[in-house]
Amino acid sequence: MSDVLERVTKIVIEHLDVDAEKVTEKASFIDDLGADSLDNVELVMAFEEEFDIEIPDDAAEHIQTVGDAVKFISEKVG
Amino acid sequence: MRRVVVTGIGLVTPLGCGREVVWERLLAGRSGLGKIEHFETGDLACKIAGMVPRTDGRGGGREGDAGVFDPDSVMSARDRRRVDDFILYGIAAADEALADAGWDPQTEEDKCRAGVMIGSGIGGLETTYNNSIELHEKGPRRLSPFIIPGMLINLVSGQVSIRHGLKGPNHAVVTACSTGAHAIGDASRLVARGDADIMVAGGAEATVCRLGVAGFIACKALSTGFNDTPEAASRPYDKDRDGFVMGEGAGVLVLEEYEHAKARGAKIYAEVKGYGLSGDAYHITAPAEDGDGGFRSMSAALKDAGLTPGDIDYVNAHGTSTPLGDEIELRAVERLFGDHSDGLVMSSTKSAVGHLLGAAGAIEGIFSILAIRDGVCPPTLNLDNPSVETSINLAPKTAVKKPVKAALSNSFGFGGTNASVVFVAAE
Repeated sequence: MSDVLERVTKIVIEHLDVDAEKVTEKASFIDDLGADSLDNVELVMAFEEEFDIEIPDDAAEHIQTVGDAVKFISEKVG
Repeated sequence: MRRVVVTGIGLVTPLGCGREVVWERLLAGRSGLGKIEHFETGDLACKIAGMVPRTDGRGGGREGDAGVFDPDSVMSARDRRRVDDFILYGIAAADEALADAGWDPQTEEDKCRAGVMIGSGIGGLETTYNNSIELHEKGPRRLSPFIIPGMLINLVSGQVSIRHGLKGPNHAVVTACSTGAHAIGDASRLVARGDADIMVAGGAEATVCRLGVAGFIACKALSTGFNDTPEAASRPYDKDRDGFVMGEGAGVLVLEEYEHAKARGAKIYAEVKGYGLSGDAYHITAPAEDGDGGFRSMSAALKDAGLTPGDIDYVNAHGTSTPLGDEIELRAVERLFGDHSDGLVMSSTKSAVGHLLGAAGAIEGIFSILAIRDGVCPPTLNLDNPSVETSINLAPKTAVKKPVKAALSNSFGFGGTNASVVFVAAE
């Protein structure tokens, strides 16, 4: 879990160009980290690549926060 | 009709970026052409181009050099990944032009009266190329959502409008190598007719990539005989010319209604006095042999300006350094100017920066304006032995000092699309 959080955080910082301290588990990509809908699509793709998983579109729609992403990915890879 | 003047200029070119540094180097006879090093050229017949010198080392640039292009100063690395380089160059040139004009609209009314018309001949070719490979190798799920907005031609105008809050007409010209000239002309007419008080207009191009170079090689347009001496490759009117050298970059002008500019005390470079357009209706890539298309676009621009050939002091030629086109244009100019050909100065600045395709007409319009401002016509480099005799002064190798009250800039594009713009000294 902590490894997943670390890797997700790194991707979010890189893709959204935000300060590390803002990237908490509760942080919403759109509301707190300045992402728009296209950013979200790109983030999901980056998660897929990093963890070598597939995130279906309907699942991706529910990944709104850093915590959502970590939870989904942990279940997939765990 | 309302009068239209130029109040801001921005340049990103193979000679560097920034109005004065580029102009100084152009007048000094420096070349911006070099060997392509940022992609594999081993299997390409042409291995040279005019590349924007950048701080990331591309185009031979180094941090700290005068006029070096710093991508980080335009956009964050994150945003840059999402746009093709032609958009990056267009934004940078527009930033410079708007800062130069001192125009940063704050009220809703001012924002709505300012528009953008920055075109491109080809658009995001490298982005298309890279993502085609990605799609082929990894499938559709790996494609970025930013591909389309990162390669669409009108996204320079879109990005510039978002960045500067310009809510007036938002448009983009796509007429191959005439794009920049058409953008200046069309945007001027929007200002003249009252659709806007200010138009940010010009062209941007970034096709120095494998697909771009290979594509122009395939249609036999590029120089292939000067790979070891790139600075000598672009040689308009010279008997040894063998094709054009591709360039990249952007040219952007702030076009403003005259009274609007006067009222705010803006610096005025020149007036856009005339604009002419025509079609060859002849061939997809070759110019009509009788040069009639260019003749008619020049004639129309002069008529629109209310001037006669004797009023024109300088012609910035299309002059791409291709075997066919240069002489056809030269003959068309001679035909139009008649006795006034004697003493007329006509040069091709493509000899120094290469052919910037959709940006060419914009940067050449800017060079024509600076010729008026400073009373000096930039040279045609590498013109050792003209392939034909002419009484026109082609400004071989050295800039020609002379007062320039009126200048004509020509651009001709694939498909047989021609545009000519007349600039005059502001009164």
